[in-house]
Amino acid sequence: MTPDTNPQPVPSRASCLRRFFRRGPWENAATALIAIGVVMLMQPVSMTLFSHAFGVILVGTVGFVIVSHFPE
Amino acid sequence: MPSDTVTTLADKTARATPLALARRVRALSDQAIAWLFITPTIVLLLAINIFPLLWTIYLSFTSYRANQPGRPIRWIGTRNYERLLGSEDIWGYMQVTASFVVWTMVIQVLIGLGLALLINRNFKGAGFWTTVILIPMMLSPAVVGTFWTYLYHPQIGIFSYIVNVFAAVGPLDMIGSVDLAMWSIIIVDTWMWTPYIMLLCLAGLRSIPPYLYEAAEIDRAGPLQQFWHITLPRVMPFLMLAVLFRGIENFKMFDMVVELTSGGPGSTTELASINLKREAFEKWRTGYSSAFAVILFVTVFGLANIYVKALNRVKQT
Repeated sequence: MTPDTNPQPVPSRASCLRRFFRRGPWENAATALIAIGVVMLMQPVSMTLFSHAFGVILVGTVGFVIVSHFPE
Repeated sequence: MPSDTVTTLADKTARATPLALARRVRALSDQAIAWLFITPTIVLLLAINIFPLLWTIYLSFTSYRANQPGRPIRWIGTRNYERLLGSEDIWGYMQVTASFVVWTMVIQVLIGLGLALLINRNFKGAGFWTTVILIPMMLSPAVVGTFWTYLYHPQIGIFSYIVNVFAAVGPLDMIGSVDLAMWSIIIVDTWMWTPYIMLLCLAGLRSIPPYLYEAAEIDRAGPLQQFWHITLPRVMPFLMLAVLFRGIENFKMFDMVVELTSGGPGSTTELASINLKREAFEKWRTGYSSAFAVILFVTVFGLANIYVKALNRVKQT
């Protein structure tokens, strides 16, 4: 058996960034944040959760708008 | 026919255009002409949608009152938001809204899916019954609210009469009762919007290829197993879409509930949007209500994003 003379190509920094900033997982995270925020806004259990709900929804919504421009 | 005698509308317009103007238009690039056509729409959109939105966001940081237009607008930072998100009353209205949204969704999904399964059996007259079921959806919410107030009337309403046929409870005041008022608006919303859920479920059911059921029958799968492993997973994306759409609509429900109960008795049916209207146009706390409107807007916008994502997923299936 001959030794492998072609080593695996080292991924460039750009491709690493591109892999990290994929739309799918980030979009799912933003969606989860929006859903959690809506539940926090309407739950009858804790006033503290209600007070922080808008912040969570806002971060999720703005995040969704941003990450929807990421490549697939 | 010679070409110079053809007088179409385009020819007439071209002939009527002054020569100087025609030369100037001909000098415009395609892109410039495109902008020329699009600009009025963009200006209209900016004036009707974008400007009021930005103005509302601005007002939400002020103590402005619309009934005192002469008073200078005072910038108070995020105080309106802090007051709103620390208010137990607003939290209560959100819970009323949640209760309305959750109950309407659960009941409508169950009845809508059931009706879709029935209609999908293609019995004689299925088309006629589909049309009959869809009629409530085509009515205006204000009209529905008004005529249901008559149906719910404790003395002359048919609803009270029918309930008394089955259980002698006396005149049933659905709208005036603290315990029943929420159910009165849930019933009306269910009556009106279950057909929409049914329609989407029916679209999902019709997209299931029959060979899946044939294969399941060969494998001796019972009706319940077929429903659980074939029907439900295939209909689920459509159901999700319907729930999201109706959820957003019910979150900002206003007209039908105002016509029926006006948020009463007390504040048992005071949804967030009804309270927002009260704050804005009865108490004239414009800055405060603008902040409330921004909170509701961001929530609906976030939910709409999820809706669009679900819609894309349905398109892919």
